[in-house]
This record gives sequence, C-alpha cells and structure tokens, in this order.
Amino acid sequence: MGRRTSVLSSWNSAGMGEFKVHRVRFFNYVPSGIRCVAYNNQSNRLAVSRTDGTVEIYNLSANYFQEKFFPGHESRATEALCWAKGQRLFSAGLNGEIIEYDLQALNIKYSMDAFGGPIWSMAASPSGSQLLVGCEDGSLKLFQINPDKIQFERNFDRQKSRILSLSWHPSGTHIAAGSIDCISVFDVKSGSAIHKMLVDRQYMGVSKRKCIIWGVAFLSDGTVISVDSAGKVQFWDSATGTLVKTHLVANADVQSIAVSDQEDSFVVGTAEGTVFHFQLVSVTSSSSEKQWVRTKPFQHHTHDVRTVAHSPTALISGGTDTHLVIRPLMEKVEVKNYDAALRKITFPHRRLISCSKKRQLLLFQFSHHLDLWRLGSTVATGKHGDTLPLSKDADHLLHLKTKGPENIICSCVSPCGSWIAYSTASRFFLCRLNYEHDNISLHRVSKMPAFLRSAVQILFSEDSTKLFVASNQGSLHIIRLLEGSFKHLHTFQAQSGTVESMCLLAVSPDGNWLAASGTSAGVHVYNVKHLKLHCTVPAYNFPVTALAIAPKTNNLVIAHSDQQIFEYSIPDKQYTEWSRTIQKQGFHYLWLQRDTPITHISFHPKRPMHILLHDAYMFCIIDKSLPLPNDKTLLYNPLPPTNESDVIRRRTAHAFKISKRYKPLLFMDLLDERTLVAVERPLDDIIAQLPPPIKKKKFGT
Amino acid sequence: MVEEEQAVRVVRCGGSELNFRRAVFSADSKYLFCVSGDFVKVYSTATEECVHVLQGHRNLVTGIQLNPHNHLQLYSCSFDGTIKLWDYLDGILIKTFTVGQKLHALYTHARAEDAVFVAIKKEKPDVFQLVSVRLPRSPRQDAEAEEPCLVLDYISPSPKCVAFGSQGEYVAAVRDFYLSVYFFKKKATSRFTLSSSGNRKHAKNNFTCVVCHPKEDCIATGHKDGKIRLWRGFDDEKKYTYTCLHWHHDLVMDLAFSATGGSLLSGGRESVLVEWRDAAEKTKEFLPRLGATIEHISVSPAGDLLCTSHSDNKITIIHRNLEASAVIQGLVKDSSILTGLMIDPRTKALVLNGKPGHLQFYSLQSDKQLYNLDIVQQEYINDYGLVQTELTKAAFGCFGAWLATVEQRQEKEGELELQMKLWAYSKKTQGFVLNTKVSMPHEDRITALCFCNAEKSESPTLVTASRDGRFKVWVLADDSDIYREAVGWTCDFVGSYHKYQATNCCFSEDGSLLAVSFEETVTIWESETWELRCTFCQRAGHVRHLCFGRLTCSKYLLGATENGTLCCWNLLSCALEWSTKLNITVMEPDPRSENVAAVSRSSGGSDLFVFKPSEPRPLYVQRSICSEEVRWGVFVPRDVPDAFTSEALQWLNRSQFYFLTASQSLLTFSSKSPEEKLTPTSKQLLAEESLPTTPFYFILGRHRQQRGEQADGASESELVQLPLTENVPAISELLHTPAHVLPSAAFLCSMFVNSLLLATEARSAEEMPDDVDMEEEKESDSSEEEDDATEKAQHAGHTDAGEDLLQQLSQLSKCEEKELRKLRRVDYSWVTAP
Repeated sequence: MGRRTSVLSSWNSAGMGEFKVHRVRFFNYVPSGIRCVAYNNQSNRLAVSRTDGTVEIYNLSANYFQEKFFPGHESRATEALCWAKGQRLFSAGLNGEIIEYDLQALNIKYSMDAFGGPIWSMAASPSGSQLLVGCEDGSLKLFQINPDKIQFERNFDRQKSRILSLSWHPSGTHIAAGSIDCISVFDVKSGSAIHKMLVDRQYMGVSKRKCIIWGVAFLSDGTVISVDSAGKVQFWDSATGTLVKTHLVANADVQSIAVSDQEDSFVVGTAEGTVFHFQLVSVTSSSSEKQWVRTKPFQHHTHDVRTVAHSPTALISGGTDTHLVIRPLMEKVEVKNYDAALRKITFPHRRLISCSKKRQLLLFQFSHHLDLWRLGSTVATGKHGDTLPLSKDADHLLHLKTKGPENIICSCVSPCGSWIAYSTASRFFLCRLNYEHDNISLHRVSKMPAFLRSAVQILFSEDSTKLFVASNQGSLHIIRLLEGSFKHLHTFQAQSGTVESMCLLAVSPDGNWLAASGTSAGVHVYNVKHLKLHCTVPAYNFPVTALAIAPKTNNLVIAHSDQQIFEYSIPDKQYTEWSRTIQKQGFHYLWLQRDTPITHISFHPKRPMHILLHDAYMFCIIDKSLPLPNDKTLLYNPLPPTNESDVIRRRTAHAFKISKRYKPLLFMDLLDERTLVAVERPLDDIIAQLPPPIKKKKFGT
Repeated sequence: MVEEEQAVRVVRCGGSELNFRRAVFSADSKYLFCVSGDFVKVYSTATEECVHVLQGHRNLVTGIQLNPHNHLQLYSCSFDGTIKLWDYLDGILIKTFTVGQKLHALYTHARAEDAVFVAIKKEKPDVFQLVSVRLPRSPRQDAEAEEPCLVLDYISPSPKCVAFGSQGEYVAAVRDFYLSVYFFKKKATSRFTLSSSGNRKHAKNNFTCVVCHPKEDCIATGHKDGKIRLWRGFDDEKKYTYTCLHWHHDLVMDLAFSATGGSLLSGGRESVLVEWRDAAEKTKEFLPRLGATIEHISVSPAGDLLCTSHSDNKITIIHRNLEASAVIQGLVKDSSILTGLMIDPRTKALVLNGKPGHLQFYSLQSDKQLYNLDIVQQEYINDYGLVQTELTKAAFGCFGAWLATVEQRQEKEGELELQMKLWAYSKKTQGFVLNTKVSMPHEDRITALCFCNAEKSESPTLVTASRDGRFKVWVLADDSDIYREAVGWTCDFVGSYHKYQATNCCFSEDGSLLAVSFEETVTIWESETWELRCTFCQRAGHVRHLCFGRLTCSKYLLGATENGTLCCWNLLSCALEWSTKLNITVMEPDPRSENVAAVSRSSGGSDLFVFKPSEPRPLYVQRSICSEEVRWGVFVPRDVPDAFTSEALQWLNRSQFYFLTASQSLLTFSSKSPEEKLTPTSKQLLAEESLPTTPFYFILGRHRQQRGEQADGASESELVQLPLTENVPAISELLHTPAHVLPSAAFLCSMFVNSLLLATEARSAEEMPDDVDMEEEKESDSSEEEDDATEKAQHAGHTDAGEDLLQQLSQLSKCEEKELRKLRRVDYSWVTAP
C-alpha cells in the first residue's frame, strides 16, 4: 500500500493567517514510464506515449504545457509513435494495431490491424504521405495515408527477424531498417533490400548473445547511424554497405537516437540513463571536411532512456524513470528566457485528486482504481511549524477497481461526499455512498443514459445536487442528482463547427454559473439557471491551466500556461479592475519564470480578497488588497517573523504570498477557514517503486 | 697556478632537475633533449646515455624547442635573457640572441618565419605575457633580438598552459577558469569560461594544461578535477562545443597528442599514462606503475617514441605500443633525506634516500642514478594524508659487504612500527640481498646506527642506539641451518646508561672503542668485553654529533652538542682537550686523513670549518658557503689525489667534500669550473653512433671498450670511456671504402687484427703516464689481448682451409709484430732514460 503518512501541522504565514495543514503523503501514485516521444516541428508539439498506453501532447510553445491526453489501455502497449501529414498522430504497438488519434475530440479515430504480429517500429515518409511499420515477423508494411484513413499498399522483402527500428532517407527513396544483428537498406520503389550490414556482436572483447539494433537514422548524405545493445553508435555508408566509424559510448544498451532537422547534431540515449550529444564539427576551420564528434553527456535520468527527440533548440529524453527531460541547447537559444532552462516534467498537468470538504474526504485517481481516504483530525493547537498529534488517524475508506482494460480518464467526489463519478474511455460510472456510522456502502447507479459514454471532465456543484459532465464530443451535460437516481437536465452542444472537448470546468458556489474551457478557444460561461451560454471570455494565446469562480462576486479567475492570471467578472462580462491593473503593470519576472503550470485555484470563504493557487513547487495566496510586486522587490520573501516591526513588513509586503514548503505539490485546497490540505508526492518515493537501475561502478565506492 | 688554486668555490654538482620542462625529441627520434639546470642535455634514446651537454647559458634553462626550419638545430631560452641556437649533433653553439628579460618559456612553430615566442614576466608578480621575438638574420654569432611584440597578456606562469595550433593559426592559453584562443589572422581573442568555484560541483574546474591537435582544429585541456576537455568549433564563440573525458581522479598534469593526432595521452598523480584512442572515453589504454607523478609528456615528431618526465627526476622513454624502453634517472629529490649522505665503498656512489622507501645509488661522476634498492618493499600509495613507512637510517659496513637499514612508520603516538634490515652484498647478483630482518629492534626510535669498520675485526659488528635508552650490539652469527652455511645477525649485548636516551654512537677507527652518547653524557665502551670504560659529560646540552679522530689523531673524540659547543676529549688522559663555541649542523670526518669538516649555522648562512682534532685552530674556514642550512655532508675519497699545494686547500687533496642543503641542492668545493667537471669527454664520432648493430659492430664495440679501459688507466678521474680516435686507419678504411672496391674479407681480417695489435704502439710519448705500475698492468693486459687475437686468427684459419698461405702470412706478421714490440719496449726505456 506504500507509505501512509499524514501529518497535521500548524502553519502561520504573515498576512495569510494561521492554518492547520493536513500534509498528505499517502497518495502512492507512480507515473508510467515513457516509451516514445515524437516531436512535431510544424506545431511545435511533442507527443509522449507511456508504457500503459497513455499518449500525452505537450505544447512546447506554451511553456511545455500538457494540453491533451489520451487514456491508456492495458492491451495497447505503444512501441512507436509518429506524426504524419502535418498534424496527424499515429501510434503502433505490440497488439499489432496502428492507431490514429483525433486531436480535437480527444479520442481514438480508428485502429487497424497490420497483420504482421506485434509492431516494433513505425516511420512516416518525409513527405508524410506514407507510413511504414516494422513487424515481429520481419515484414515491412507500407501504408498510404488517406485523409480519412490509412490504406495498406504493399510489403517489402521480408527479413529474418523482427524490425526494431526504421528510418527514411530524407528524399524518401531508401529506408534503413534495424533488426537483430543486421541493418538492411531498402529501395522504396522496388521494395527489395539492397544492402545488409552485419553488426559486430563483440562487446568490449566479449561476445554477447545478440546485437539488437535499437535505432537507426538515415542522413541525406547516405550515412546510416545505428545504435545497438552493445553500447555502440556506428556510422555506415549506405552506398557501399560498409562501416565507417564506431563510437563505443556505454557499457549497456544504447536504446534511442534522434537527429536534428539540419543533420548537424544528434542525440542518443543509453540504458545507463545517460544521453550523449553528437555534433558535426568541421575538422579545421579552413577545410570543408566535417566529422561527427561526441560532445556532451547528460545524466538527468536514473533509468533507461527509452526514447529521445531533437527539437531545434532542445534535446528531449524520456525513459523508465518516468521523467520527461527537456535540455535546451544553449548555443541555439537566442535570449536567456524560459526556454533556456532545463526542465523535468514528472507529474501530469491535470488534477488527479478531488476533495469533499464537508466530510474531509480525498479521492485519489490511479490508472485502474480509485482510493477514498478520510483525513485524520486533531484537537491540539500549536505554534507555527509545530507538528500536531493526531487524535484520529487518516482512514482508507474505499478501494474502487474499474472493470476492463481501460484507464480512468477523470473522477470526482461530490462536496457532500455521497457521490463519486468517474469515467473511462467507453463507460461512465456514478456511485452513491451511504455512511452508516463507521460502515460505508457503495451503490452503483445503473442505467446511465446512452449519451453519457465517456467524459473528459466531471464536476459536482457545490451543493452536490448537480453533476456537470464534459464529454469528448465537445458537449456539456447537466444532470440533476436525486437520492439514488438522476435526471438529465440539459446538454450544451459544442459551438458550431468545432468538436473541441472541454477539459476544464468550474462552477460558481451559488450554482448559477458554469465555466468551461477547451485547449485553444476561450472560456465559455453558461448560465445554469437559464441553461444558455452567458458569454465567452476572449481567447488568449496560451491554454488555460486552471479555472475557478469566486464566491459572491462571481469573478472567474483563469490561469494560463504562460503564468498569466486573469480575473473576469461574469455578471459584468468584463475583466475586473484588479486584472486590468496587473496586466498593465505586468507580473514579476520570477513569477513568469516558474516552470510548472498552476493546476488549482480556490478561494477563502471569509476573505474575498484572497485567491489561493498552487503549482507543483509552490503554494500562493494572492491578496488583491496589497500592492503588486515589481521586478525590484523580492518575490519569494521568506515569511518574516511575527515580532518584526510592522513598518518593515508593510514595506516588503506585496500581493503574492508564496510558500515553497510543500513540494512536489499535487493538490492543495482549503477544507475550511482554518484548515488546508496539501497532497505531496516525494520523488524519492516514486524512484523507490521503480525497478532497480543498471548498476554502475562509481569511483571511490 | 697558485692563484687558480685559490679560486676554490662552491659549485652545484649535478643532480639538477630533468623534469623541469617538457623533454624534446629530435626529428629522427634518436636524441632526446632535456633541460638540466643551466645546461641542455642530449641523450641517446637507444642507450639512454648522455651524448652531449650543451653549455653556455648562465642561468636556469627554461625552454627548448627544435628549430622548425632546420630540425638539426635546437633553440633554448634561459633566465639569463638569451635565446641560443645549437647544433646538437656536434654540441656547438651557433648563435646567441639577447632579449634582455628573464625568459620563462619558449614556443616555436613553422609558420612564424623567423620569430619565436617566449613568456616573460611583467613587473607585477605572477603576471606573465606571451610575446613574439623576431630573431635577426645576421651572420654574427651574437645578436640583439628585436623588440618583443605582445601576443597574449595575463597567461599562466606554467609553460604547459600555452599551446600553438597545428598550422600556427591560433594560440591557446589557459589560466584559472578560462581558455583564450588568439587567432593570428583575425587578430582576435576568443575566451571560453567554465563555471568557477561558486558552485561546489565545479569547484575544481581550473585548467591545468593545454595542447593542440596536430591536424584538426581541436584543443585538449586538462583540469584540476581530473577531467580532460576536447574543444572544437572554437572559432565561433557561440557554436563552440567540447567533449569531456574523465579517468584521472586527481589533476591532469600534462597532455600530448600523438604525432598523427590519432590518440591523446594524459598523465597525472596516479603515475599511469593513459592513451585515449580516437579521443573516445571507452577506448583507452593504460601504462601503469610508472613510479611517480607524471609531470610532462612529450611525443617524438616521428611518432615512434614518447616520453614522460616524472616528479622523481626521471624520464621514461616509451615505445608507441606503450612499452617502456628506457629510463633516464637523475638524482631523486622529492623525498626528505633522513639517511644522510653515504658513500658506497664499492661503487663510490653517493647513497641516500631515493623514492619513498628506496635507497638510491647515485654516481657523482656521470650525474645519473646507478641503481635503486627497494628497502621497504611495499607498494607506495600516493594519497594525501597517508602515513608512509619511511627509511630513516642506513649504514654500510665491512667495506660494502653489509648494509643496515632502519625503517619506521608512526601513525599515532605510541604506535611505532620499526624494522631493521641487514643486507649482504651478493657478488653473484652484484647487489644487496636481504639477510636478516629484525622487527622492533628497539622500543623507540633508533637515533644512530654504526658498523665497526676496523680492518682486523674478525666478525662484523653493528651498534644501534635508540631513544628507549639502550644501545644494542648486533653480531653476525651462525644461523640455525643444518649445513651451517647460513649466517644471520643476532643481538650480542644491550647497554644502557642511567635510563638516558641514547642519541649517537661511534666506533673508533681500530674498532677497539665504542662511544655512545646518552643525552649530555658520552660513554666509552670497550668493544672486546663491552665494559664501560669512562664517561665524559660537559653539561652543554644533548650531544648531537660524535666522532673519533683518525690516524694520528685517533686518541681524540669529538662531540658537538645542541647548545653550540664543540668538545674534543683526549682518550688517554680522559680529559677535555679543548672546546669551542660553534653551532654545528654537520660534522664529518675524512676517511683518508685526520681532517674533520664541520658546518655551522650562522646568521649569514652556513660556514665551513676544516680542522684536525689535535689542534683547535682550523685548517680552512669558508664563511657563508650557502645561504641556507646545510643538512648533510660527506667526504668522497678521490681516485687520484689532487695536487693543491697551498696549505689551506690541502684538505681537498685526498677527498672531496659534498654537502646537501635544505632545498636539496647538492654542492661541492671545486677549483674547476662546473662545465669542465661535468663534461663527459666523449665527443663521439657521429659516424660511429649511426653504425648498424652487426656482428662487426660488436667486435668494434668491444675493441673500443678495451681501449676505453686503457684510457681509464691513463687518467682515472674520467670514468667515461675515451672515444675511438681516428688514428686507426684500418677501421676507417673499412668503414669508408665502398664495398665493391674492398679486397676479400680474409685479407681484411688480418688487417683488422693487426690494427688491434697496434693499440699500445699507437700511444705517443707525451701520453705516457709517469706511473710505472700502471704501465706494467697495461702491458700484461695487452699481451693477454694479443694471445686472444692470435687464437682467433688461428681459428679463422682453420675454418678457411683454402687460404693457408694467408694464414701463414698473418701468423708470420704476428710473430714479427711481437718481436718488434718487445724490441720497441726495450728501446723506449732506453731512449727515455737519458
């Protein structure tokens, strides 16, 4: 079950008031390892597939925000991922199917069996019109990409063993295919192998069993670069089929390779967790002769680097240790800004936790089950920083397993604590919880309507009488909840001409307003009473990361991935004065340099001027009554001791009260006026649950 | 003549650093040049012998480079402000260019027409500049160099921190945390800075050395944390990139690219030479156990050899396949000298601490280490803060037949590890073999060790004195071996005196008396019965030095105390003869005379006093022989007595006094200039040097050796063999006549043998030494040699039966020859008599 630690502590921050904080560390969530990444140069987006079949889309222009995701499936272990024909995303896996994803509706467009056994590799032709897959039985199958579907075209010469890696020549006339112990070069026109290059099995003088070609790259000058399980990076001349040069880079497998578009640099990832950068450097400044040189090693991973990508400005790597690492190339970055920093993305940029304030319940969402916990309680009080003794421990109330192979997309517990709703890609579940003293009973609400097949986001109204479901067709359903049953009230259809799904929902505490946002268009505000669209907040360049409506004032607070925050008055249908002021003055530069998006916004019931928000590394209370910080003031001022003179405090005080005490922070909310709940997930706990990494001899040990 | 004699002065006596700068190979890899004090030494890479010493600089030589336009010439620069151009084959100084400033390093490259680059120091301390100096093309031997022209400012004082690119297009210099590259064409400097000490991870990012790839635009830099970075694309300050190689755990001392650039060599404190093939991390080769820290690495231009200079004053010549082929070893200086200076009675070599735990035998005449005796016999681990076993005492006994050594290791107070070893000289192996090992011979440190060196003593005796208040007498006795053949040392007697610490001990010349000092008291023991005879006590502090007078002064005992008193006791009267106030640091008796040399420390430096115990007035006084403290001294007996007539210098006639200062420079007194002293007289004929190693060469070589021995007889002071002079016409004829016009080999054979026979005859009348005994020895030698030659000739005749006549002829000529020689010998004495 992992570590169940829950600590209640007292936390006092100047100007923010005193809080009791539930410090929850028993959410033993482990992200799946990264299997493939694919970079799309046109849209500057990155597709990442994980070992559980989840595919995530990151928008690199929008501060690496994870804007879309496709839930995983137990039988869909993705082995290859590629972009084709502009912005169409395909994946292939060991179940032998090729899948195309619908990036607008956020579901799978179709899947198609390639009839070659498990698929190990896939590559789209440079023109983007053809798709080639390499199968377990050694066959290479070429598919034509039509606007609506893909169509099988023909087979290439069958090889002896599985095709593990594929690469097209930039002209589209030849293909290099890496298999076991050999690399084959095919002519696309004839479909026959013109060269077969045998790879040395020798490894540091010892003959290993087999040499697996984990990756190949075909350069426009005819050079084929291969990486293999013996730790070699080899350069081959495809015209003659001869080995040109060998770089031994690791004692373990080299598992991935990615070449830049200019073909002046490439990157390889090894099973030791190291990423090596190779660059094409001219031999002397006077001659035009160039050579490939291994330049810098990067050790940002602890486990196998299963996949790498090379964007024009950064090296991207991912592997078994679940981190997605983006290492910018300093020489390619023009100005020192947000892009110039190394970033490591571990946690999803969406909420996995929901909270019932009334019953002090936390619902944790895992890929195949839900956990419901009741928080502990205490009667003690203490000073700032004290750990309070628990009079009652946290309680694991419920472990809810889903049936079927599909992953859970979203889940929610109602504020009253008596409803739980969750959805997979094909089914929507609603459950009623009955509390009888210490016993708890669960009843599934059966006969869900046909239109409620799957949901992208679920939300309960504050009084738990209404359920809002954003389905993946772009429509919004409102359902009235009755004791043990439900009634469909209304469906807001998607705006005409779009099928974009709404990923974020927010409802006003009085239940009158519903705000919904997709990935690109603006935020729509609906009037729940009159069941009509009230207004649309103008679209902004960067996607929305968090959304909330303040009590009483019904101000909509919107956080964007570029760390901007807007406050929009729903009744007035315009931005508030405070929002205009902060836009005019601009945010503090350190605020804009934070590298994780804001994932949750909430409000203090008694202090209307306060906005509470957090990202993975900080928790912030914005006090709208205080002056805004400018670039000269200290943004992260340490909490000043209470005995310090008021003058100094007032001079240094500004609207942003930031605490970095809890990290990595997955969820933080206000349970009541004086109690906060913070869910942390320490990285060490994740690493402890991963398989052991390759043992490397460390000098001096 | 007398005036010249008066000019006895203190001279530096060899032992200079060979590892001060990178060594340089000649273009054909036959010679290796290295700086050595004020000289440049030319070594043969095949034989590791010193072929030439290039003398002319008047101060430390700081850099040498081959002339890029004539690979038979060598540039050198020195602190005396001159750049000199040498013809190293003949050892001739060609030109001297005066720059006028202290020159710290020298660089050349082929693109710079007639300019060389030197490092000079600005007025401010530690600020060095790289300047180019145009050397004028004047026919005169001495020329003034043109005004230096600044290339790079603020470079590192280490010459390893500047390197020129292969085509001379750029120069790279490193210092602290940055690499700067100056492009001559663009006249612009690019600077690349590494993150510095602010970050703990990069705290040791400092650059230590730089080299440039011979073919490509690639710069390799070494760093303090043991990393090697290979910089590429540095012509663009933004697009530059580097590769990191990491094996060394301590700083990288030096780097070198192989001649083709295919591999990179690196070395450091680990004493391991690392070869990085293709500059890749995974394909590296090692040459481990090189003995000491690698200070410099150089590669021959031909690419077949490379060499490493080590901190123990050693140069190892290594083949391209990483096999060490030769070692040039100078005087090891990097450890503290605890044993003092000794003379090995057999080889007359100077013996002192060498490498840690070793005893080195250093030849004063040829300025090289003869051999190295591993005393401690443990793997030396170079790690900071590790307490090592130290060799603290050593003594030779019985005319070099025995060697006693003491080693100790003390990690904490009261945890003393002590070991005494006795080594017997083995005639068979010509070296010392461990005979007896005594662990913990005493409870506390051994303060003195001495053998009874009396000529008539029947069994070897050794005395050790220790701080535990005892002295022990060790004698050689039968070991428990059934054949009664093995011998070993056992303790014979333990003496003490009032529980005082024994501080010193000394045998009288005839071995009848033993003096042991116990703190302030000197006790005299009879060596026959080990009875205490008498005591002397002067109450003037602990006795630091103790020695008996010799020859006519053998009735005196000298003692020097800590408080600066020198006492002389008369052993017959058991009374103090005389005493004087002198703060003595070194007191050494001359084994060949009654003289005793004492060095005292005074405010102006160290003063030397030479006196006889019988008279308190010193024979010779020289004030401030050097500015620092003299640690050790020793008298080295001369092979040929010198003939100083002046009374003050007569003490130098039989022996020579060598001393070692605190900064470990070995000094001596000499009337000759140091150049004369150190010059090996070998002005080798280059034709001979390049002879192929054929059987004929071996015969010739042996012949030369024999001649060399004879030459030694003529002037024994020169141990180095005299070269073959050109007055052997038969051989030069053999060598220089084209093969197709030479007569048949059989005919030549007799000619050759004849030439061997004529050896003594060739000697002219002036060369005849006065010493008759020697002459006789030589005659017998040569007659033996004659017999050998005859036999050989006969043998040759038997194999070639067809040429009886010729054999007869040669036989005849031999007989004639013999007759003639006898006649001549008679004639000779007859002629010279009147």
